[in-house]
Amino acid sequence: LRKNVEDFTGPRERSDLGFVTFDITADILNGDKGLQSIFDWNVKQLFLYLSAEYSTKNNALNQVVLWDKIMLRGDNPRLFLKDMKSKYFFFDDGNGLKGNRNVTLTLSWNVVPNAGILPLVTGSGHVSVPFPDTYETTKSY
Amino acid sequence: AMLSLDFLDDVRRMNKRQLYYQVLNFGMIVSSALMIWKGLMVVTGSESPIVVVLSGSMEPAFHRGDLLFLTNRIEDPIRVGEIVVFRIEGREIPIVHRVLKIHEKQNGDIKFLTKGDNNAVDDRGLYKRGQHWLEKKDVVGRARGFVPYIGIVTILMNDYPKFKYAVLFLLGLFVLVHRE
Repeated sequence: LRKNVEDFTGPRERSDLGFVTFDITADILNGDKGLQSIFDWNVKQLFLYLSAEYSTKNNALNQVVLWDKIMLRGDNPRLFLKDMKSKYFFFDDGNGLKGNRNVTLTLSWNVVPNAGILPLVTGSGHVSVPFPDTYETTKSY
Repeated sequence: AMLSLDFLDDVRRMNKRQLYYQVLNFGMIVSSALMIWKGLMVVTGSESPIVVVLSGSMEPAFHRGDLLFLTNRIEDPIRVGEIVVFRIEGREIPIVHRVLKIHEKQNGDIKFLTKGDNNAVDDRGLYKRGQHWLEKKDVVGRARGFVPYIGIVTILMNDYPKFKYAVLFLLGLFVLVHRE
């Protein structure tokens, strides 16, 4: 599971807005079943999401979903995505992105069965993204 | 025709004591059901441990009529990706959506944003005017498990009151007449 990112922050009103581009290479497997495909008889779909987690002065824990995708049973459980832009605005609650060296991106998924328990699984492998100390004002995204 | 005759015979044969007995039986069943429901509320920590999905905003995962099983334990922190059932202040209908963003303070105070999987935008438009975030107090529970289709019965009973009365009438009839 690998993610490569490029990032910069831009000021919007009073809160930091982060821009991240990323690649995702992943195989979604069922760890309990010795790395077989995740799509067994009772898996209807997966809700995949890439989330950024970090700490700021304002808030001890922040989590922001940057991107998500629904993978239906029958789809290929491999992801090979390049140069993806975040689907959702990466606003901080304040100015905690500027100079933040420890923003961690993790890929997780919600297993939706045909019937039964709804577990949330975190993928192994995560990437730390440092945000720069300055704001960009003119960069296009 | 044969069935209704038998039923009438049974009722005639019952004397007053047996009738009271059956009514008490019925009362016991209702009380047990209520106790089980209250027990579920305690175990899960949710005021509504089982909810029916009412809209298509979480498709293709959940459809109208699916049944969700919730827990609402304080020890379980709210994290992105979780499916929460929440109520907007002043509104009765609970909404089932996914957590998109959280900001949690050192002391545990948390504010979060939600979005339906099948919706193009997040739920800010659904919240109260001036409300930008949800808080723990708005949460009815987190969806931990689900069963498809079964909740359709409650939706039908809600939308077609005659159906509800018919179901209740038949249930009552069955319990009163059934010999242990």
